[in-house]
Amino acid sequence: MAGTGELVIPYAKLRERTAERDRGLREKVMSLEDAAALVKDGDHVAIGGCTVSRTPMAMVWALIRARRRDLTISRSITSTEGDLFYASGVSRHVITSWFTQGIVWGVSKVMRHHTENKLARYDEWSHMSIGLRYRAGAMGVPFMPTRSMVGSGVADRLGDEVKTMTCPFTGEEITLLPALNPDVALIHVQRCDAYGNAQLDGLQFMDIDMAMAANRVILTTERIVSNDQIRRQPDQTRIPFFTVDAVVEVPYGCAPHECYGVYEPFFEHLDLYAAMSGKDPIAGTREYLEKYYYGPASWSEYLSLLGMEALLDASRRGRSVIND
Amino acid sequence: MTEQSAMRTAFTGSELLAVMASRLLRDGQIVFAGIGIPLLAATLAQRNFAPHLTILFEGGTIGPFIVPGELPPSTNEQRCTRRANMVLPITDVLLLLQRGYVDVGFMGGAQIDRFGNLNSSYIGDAANPKIRLPGTGGGNDISSLTNMIVAMKHEKRRFVRDVDFITSPGWIEGRNSRAERGLPQGGMWRVVTDLAILGFEERTREMQVLALHEGVTREQVQDNTGFDLTFAERLETTPPPTAAELAVLRHLDPERLYTA
Repeated sequence: MAGTGELVIPYAKLRERTAERDRGLREKVMSLEDAAALVKDGDHVAIGGCTVSRTPMAMVWALIRARRRDLTISRSITSTEGDLFYASGVSRHVITSWFTQGIVWGVSKVMRHHTENKLARYDEWSHMSIGLRYRAGAMGVPFMPTRSMVGSGVADRLGDEVKTMTCPFTGEEITLLPALNPDVALIHVQRCDAYGNAQLDGLQFMDIDMAMAANRVILTTERIVSNDQIRRQPDQTRIPFFTVDAVVEVPYGCAPHECYGVYEPFFEHLDLYAAMSGKDPIAGTREYLEKYYYGPASWSEYLSLLGMEALLDASRRGRSVIND
Repeated sequence: MTEQSAMRTAFTGSELLAVMASRLLRDGQIVFAGIGIPLLAATLAQRNFAPHLTILFEGGTIGPFIVPGELPPSTNEQRCTRRANMVLPITDVLLLLQRGYVDVGFMGGAQIDRFGNLNSSYIGDAANPKIRLPGTGGGNDISSLTNMIVAMKHEKRRFVRDVDFITSPGWIEGRNSRAERGLPQGGMWRVVTDLAILGFEERTREMQVLALHEGVTREQVQDNTGFDLTFAERLETTPPPTAAELAVLRHLDPERLYTA
């Protein structure tokens, strides 16, 4: 596994894993719980979206409820979901470039508590480096050259995970970033069909490379549409069905984060979370997890806890962005 | 109260930062901006004198349209994309920096040192930090690949001789060290504070005061800096923010989320 063993998966093994996958055009619709069972303890799990946008929160919720252990998490920029992975004990290892709840809420006390007390790892890469690592993974090459990260403590802290070489064409010293091929990618989209052809609106973040790089993809979606509807606008399809292993229909699947064009972040709930986790990063998050993660019997029940008012308000704001 | 001191209390430190930073931008530039002061400064420049200036966000937006009163809470959120010219994947928008399309990067940090290196990763020793900060985000890429304007409050604990950790490289150890470490392009260009505008001496690449804001003394700047500063031979005084500049800022941020 990439998260626990070798840094770069050997090409033969990568191809072997792809060859083993069922790439037929077949239906893959399942429940959140069944999709969560596709993630194994110790897996490297890549999380789509960025900061408080298009985060696959329903799958995060399901993995925490399923009490997975020792997941290595990678993401472009990590927010509330990273806190909750640490606090629940599901992950003690996050690979990202920025880890805090969000600019308006300040530094994450949960991230601070776990990293400063060496309860968890936070491997800091530059933002572009994370993106280029997924891209190398998507391209099936072992590394990607970059001109960033040299000359900083960021590269130094990563030690042997970053290499340099003399460019055979120009003679320049160039930095090499190891490919990232996650065991599983969790990606939330606005719509997809039952086969996993996914169309996503607005900011794409690193999701397309992430889907291509991963060995399994779990798609959650605001709604499942017909294959006919996908075929009417094939240019809008960003993730092809044969990279996808599971399709789960979860309305408001990013709550309390946002989903482009559908709803904006649930700011009051994020304020509440920041207050609870900020007061005490252990007791506060435990209380939060009990109430919002372990307590509800279903995702709908979780949404009920957020409240109808909050749902309608987030939706109204979300629509306004593309409706002026 | 003299007329001058009445003027000085008429705007906040954050407003002063945004105004002074905006004046460093030029029409036609492509500017990589973060949330808060950088976005306000770039938008202010756009509305005042630089209509052909383009803002990029690391979330992937090219040329957003900023709606007054609806400033985005992050660069990766849908408000950032409103009526933009284009949205790109994050990796591709950052690659525009590497390719060289961007004139100015714009950011802040917890600490800056005499060579313009920024720290947003650790306070204390990186192996045993006293405080773990959020990390680089796009900061390392931006500072590695383009010219930088930094806007931050002028405090001794922020302006340190050596940063605890280099998250975003400036001139590294001064002189030619940046190029020698493999960063031949870009570098720290200006540091805008609530007291002064600073640059970097061309040969040594050490921080140097270029201009003082009105009413600020050399001693005040030095007293708030944790290392010895030099002052430009022709030290200038910046004209204070105008009523027109402040009006635009207050229109953009009526709730004073970023300018209080």
